[in-house]
Formats: sequence, structure tokens, C-alpha cells
Amino acid sequence: MNNLATIFAVGLHHYLVLGAVLFVSGVLTILTKRNAIGILIGVELVLNAACLNLVAFNRFSHGSGTALDGQIFALFVIVLAAAEAAVALAIFLNFYNNLGTVDVERASDMGEK
Amino acid sequence: MPTCLAQLDFTTVATGVLFYALAAVVALSAVGVVVSTNIVRTAACLLFALVGVAGLYVLLSAEFLAAVQVVVYVGGTLILIIFGVMLTSKSAALTTGARRGEVAVACIIGAVMLACLTLILLRTTFTSDPMDPAAPYPVVALGTALLGNYLIPFELISVVLLVVMIGAAYLAKARRGDR
Repeated sequence: MNNLATIFAVGLHHYLVLGAVLFVSGVLTILTKRNAIGILIGVELVLNAACLNLVAFNRFSHGSGTALDGQIFALFVIVLAAAEAAVALAIFLNFYNNLGTVDVERASDMGEK
Repeated sequence: MPTCLAQLDFTTVATGVLFYALAAVVALSAVGVVVSTNIVRTAACLLFALVGVAGLYVLLSAEFLAAVQVVVYVGGTLILIIFGVMLTSKSAALTTGARRGEVAVACIIGAVMLACLTLILLRTTFTSDPMDPAAPYPVVALGTALLGNYLIPFELISVVLLVVMIGAAYLAKARRGDR
């Protein structure tokens, strides 16, 4: 009974371990994908892991009063992730227009062909 | 980790069950993102991961962030990514995954990283000071903080968004313009 209660009482560590799983998945996606957009998706996963950790810390060890610093940081991270995705996709479109592919292994030079 | 000595009350069990369900969705989708070789499937897996994280935000009593997550990530960033996939879909060899050697190296790096992170996390004791559920409604406090202590970052980030919007439009258009 006591054991069961410990399993169901979700604490900070549960969220942090899930955040670690998300982070490692994102890093692996960045490492293994050859499609530039796939790499962008990996970056989004990493940023989401960071957000999840921030919100979890805000919920479980947030200091005093009604401090919401973690949630506000997560909000800023979400906004910056959206901005980053827009710029990255613009760069990928440019890349695609120049080379006709989004395979990152073909991205070996920055200039015009 | 907080240890409940007494009986199981309904809220604890419900929260636990919800957490494990959402965590399973998020973790499986994240693994799906890693292993799928088709870029459209990767994007679909990302969708489920993002929605799962939004659900976790609700469990963490961050309802506003959950709404922002769904609106900005699922409604904005993911649509942007899918548009990117469609605009670059003529590109050949999109479905080829990584090479065998790369996969092996990536697996080793991932396993070591995950083991280290989990070990460090589980061996650390954090100061537990849970947020009071009876505190003033978080959205109100969030708004007050954004226009109070965080006013300058808030204004700066709106400038960043404007600059990024103009820059992205210019970057995406410039090449086609001079052809």
C-alpha cells in the first residue's frame, strides 16, 4: 500500500526524468537526421524538454509567495523557439532554392555555385 | 521524492495515472521522432509530443502555458515545419536515414547521456517547496509579472519577434526575387 502511494505521488523527479528523455531524443534526432527540417524538429524537442523542466521546477520548488519565474522563462523560450523556427525555415528554403535539396551533407559551402 | 505514508486519496491516484499516461505519450512520440525515417511521420510524432507536453503543463497547474503551447507550437511552429516539408518535398533522398555507423555512435551517445542525466537527477535532493494551489490564479500573477518585473524582457522579445519576422520574410524571398 505504502509502495503504491509512492509510485502514484508524482514529484519533481518524475518530470525531470521525462525531461531528460525528451532532451536525449532531441539530441539523437539532431545527430541522426540528414534532412535539415528533421534537425529543426530535434531542436524543438530539446527546447520543449527545457520548458518542461522550468515549469516543473516552478511547480515543485519555486521559492516563496506566488513567484512564477519558471513559467515566464518557459514563455520566453516558447516565443524564441517560434522565432528560431521561422528563421531556420527561411534559411532552409534559401538553401533548397540554391542546391535543390535539404540534405545537410550537401551544405559544404556558403557561397554561390 | 515525497513519500506518502497515509492512504491513497483519489486526487493523488488520478494525477499519477494522468501523468504516466501523458508521459508515455510524450516519451513514445519522442522515440518515434528519433527512429522514423520519413519526415512527415517525424512531424506527426512531434505533434503528439507537443500535445502531451501541453497536457503535462496542465498537470503542473500552468494552464496558460498549456494554451500557449497548443496555440504557438502546435498551431504555429508545427504548421511552419509542415509548410517547410511541403515546399522542399521535391528534394530527393529525404527518406534515407543515417548510416549504420552513425546510428551506432548516436545510440552510444544517447544511452550514456540518458544514464548520466537520470543518475544525477535521482541522486540530487531538491528543496521541495511546492506551489500553493490556493494562491492567486496563476494567469493573473503571470500578467502582473510580465508587465512588472519582466517588463523589459517582455518588450525586448516583441522587438525580437518583429525583427525575426522581417528577416525571415526577406531571407525567404530574396533569392527568388533576383531571378
